[in-house]
Amino acid sequence: MKKFCSILLALALVLSLAACGGSSSGSGDSGANSGASSGSGSGDAGSSGSGSASDAGSGDSGSSAEGGAFMLGGTGPLTGDAAIYGNAARNGAQIAVDEINAMGGIQFELNYQDDAHDAEKAVNAYNSLKDWGMQISLGSVTSTPCEATAAETYADRIFALTPSASSTATTAGKDNMFQMCFIDPTQGTLAAQSIAEKKLGTKIAVIWKNDDVYSKGIYDTFMAECANQGLEVVSDTNFNNSNATDFSVQIADAQSKGADLVFLPMYYQVAALIFAQAKSVSYAPAWFGVDGMDGILTLDGFDTSLAEGVMLLTPFNANSDDEKVTSFVNEYKTRHNEVPNQFAADGYDCVYAYKQALENAGATPDMSAEELCGLMIEQFTSMSFDGLTGSNATWGADGAVTKSPIVVQIQGGEYVTVS
Amino acid sequence: MAYFKKLGKTARRNYLTYGLVILAFVILQVMMGSLSSSLKGMLVPICAYVVMAVSLNLTVGILGELSLGHAGFMSVGAFMGVVAAASLQEIIPFAPVRLAISMVVGAAFAAVAGFLIGIPVLRLKGDYLAIVTLAFGEIIKTIFTNLYVGLDGSGLHMSLLEDKTDLAEGGKLIIAGPMGMGGIQKISTFSAGFVLVMVTLLIVFNLVKSRDGRAIMAIRDNRIAAESIGINITKYKMIAFVTSAALAGAAGTLFAMNYSTIVATKFDFNTSILVLVFVVLGGLGNMLGSIIAAAVLTILPEALRQFADYRMLVYAIVLILVMLATNNPTLRAYLDRFKNKFRRRNSKKEAV
Repeated sequence: MKKFCSILLALALVLSLAACGGSSSGSGDSGANSGASSGSGSGDAGSSGSGSASDAGSGDSGSSAEGGAFMLGGTGPLTGDAAIYGNAARNGAQIAVDEINAMGGIQFELNYQDDAHDAEKAVNAYNSLKDWGMQISLGSVTSTPCEATAAETYADRIFALTPSASSTATTAGKDNMFQMCFIDPTQGTLAAQSIAEKKLGTKIAVIWKNDDVYSKGIYDTFMAECANQGLEVVSDTNFNNSNATDFSVQIADAQSKGADLVFLPMYYQVAALIFAQAKSVSYAPAWFGVDGMDGILTLDGFDTSLAEGVMLLTPFNANSDDEKVTSFVNEYKTRHNEVPNQFAADGYDCVYAYKQALENAGATPDMSAEELCGLMIEQFTSMSFDGLTGSNATWGADGAVTKSPIVVQIQGGEYVTVS
Repeated sequence: MAYFKKLGKTARRNYLTYGLVILAFVILQVMMGSLSSSLKGMLVPICAYVVMAVSLNLTVGILGELSLGHAGFMSVGAFMGVVAAASLQEIIPFAPVRLAISMVVGAAFAAVAGFLIGIPVLRLKGDYLAIVTLAFGEIIKTIFTNLYVGLDGSGLHMSLLEDKTDLAEGGKLIIAGPMGMGGIQKISTFSAGFVLVMVTLLIVFNLVKSRDGRAIMAIRDNRIAAESIGINITKYKMIAFVTSAALAGAAGTLFAMNYSTIVATKFDFNTSILVLVFVVLGGLGNMLGSIIAAAVLTILPEALRQFADYRMLVYAIVLILVMLATNNPTLRAYLDRFKNKFRRRNSKKEAV
């Protein structure tokens, strides 16, 4: 009987665990109202934590909580290395939701949960969204987590439209998973085509990250298309997560082989280091990046003059004269004090695409997730959507989007469209 | 009751652990319908982490060696288990059997990895093991991010660094280098996890209770004394280390089969440390403690979702508070007083 006390404690723990699960499910089941109000509460905390000027926005989302709103959920890296993408997509989507709710008509309730760019945490986040009562999903922001949540949305018959998860595996074999961004292979092909068409370089070097799905996916198709276009790749070097700080070997290789254009299929944090190190050895080729390069100008402590002349492939240019883009950029600047990147625009477009599809289908918020799923598949495969990230976007049955990208060049710290 | 009184302290504690695990399983099964999807989704990972914690506790608590690469064994088990499951898909359509065989394969590969790393390492003393296991975890991660394994009609093909598998028509790449494994059939279930936890406890408790187990603990307590009475240090260290690695491999298979995609970078240094935190928080050598710590610390970050951006901050604070509380003399004295009072009352009752 000596250990009776520890038995008691252990039992209490086990029971409280079970009770914990039980009570949270209770609140999920006890009607949409309580679920919605608690959801908007956490949404408020999230947005006020990330931006100083977001009070007005979160106030709006709170007022729209009562009845008749579509429950829109998504997961993304709100913390950790990839947080800039998750937060951008969430902020963009939040602006769209607030605008749509202010218009009247279709109402949305948005809930973004943190997945820290990890498949396991993304599934956990997805499950908690399900408890919250999610009807339609924004998938996940980054590729690997989205592949994991896509399997769940497929099994649960919840329609998902991801703003920015670009790997092919995300949508493969799933009829209810759609993308707002280009898939990786398309980016590689388009990059090679742009370089060939615009004669941006003759001897090409590639530096890519070999333990990253995104980088590898683009690299593979880029190399294939280079062979097609007759572009000469003189230097092909890679790195991985654990040695992503020193690029002297890769840069020296490209320099010694006389590459005049370096293709960087990677995210911008690493690219910033490459620019700095290349400058220190006086190597100044033309740099060409993909949509992961978007955001380099907002990197803390980055000398933007290093990125002067860098070209990148992106569907969204924040300096565009387009009326919709300028109003979005202004709204984003007032709320978050920074220029929105492509992820924010993708998040914004996703919500508007949903609005259009829901209106076309005549869907109502009291429909079940499964009914909405059927309607959305019908709409997305047939409709054409004009958004910030491209006009006349259409979707195939495989979930991939078709729209035309633009090549922009950084000049004087701003994006300028390359004609 | 009389039977239990006759048992030693350790045996009683072991039975208590079995009992609590079974009880938790039964309670959760009964409540399955009313559980939130969030908790339901975490049941299998919890089982995997529990097995990880118990197996690491064998190395850290019983053998007394610090291992910082336990996630490496989990990784070996995860990748090899999934390859085995994918290869057996046609031959064994019944999922639970396929899962069991995959776990055995995963465990076997992890055991081999444990043996190989153990040969040089277990002859080292003290911190060296920690450093080498740390390196081992990184090596495994690098290997799996560069490994390509494909399956087609003529069997398995593999290559390193580049995809040279040249699969025939209808073939499928199971491990796709940096992209990890995709399209995994999710065949892990909570029941399978529960069985694995029970098997793990059975193996670990019986090993500890056996002659070998006593030798292992003798090495932990005083290496020189143990050596002087003729205990083969390397052999017994190896027994504990390989067992621990094999169990981690099985846990890895269970874990991987619960997600549709797994990348090698998931099993990095952070995961090893996470499991070590379970062990330290639960108490070195205390299996029940490891189980509870693993379960609570897996659920905690999810339960804290309402704190939104401050979630991981609150998680860290809770961890620190728990560490402080369990080592607080005042709190311990209070608990002891409570325990003593209870024991006195109990002995009085018996006297009556």
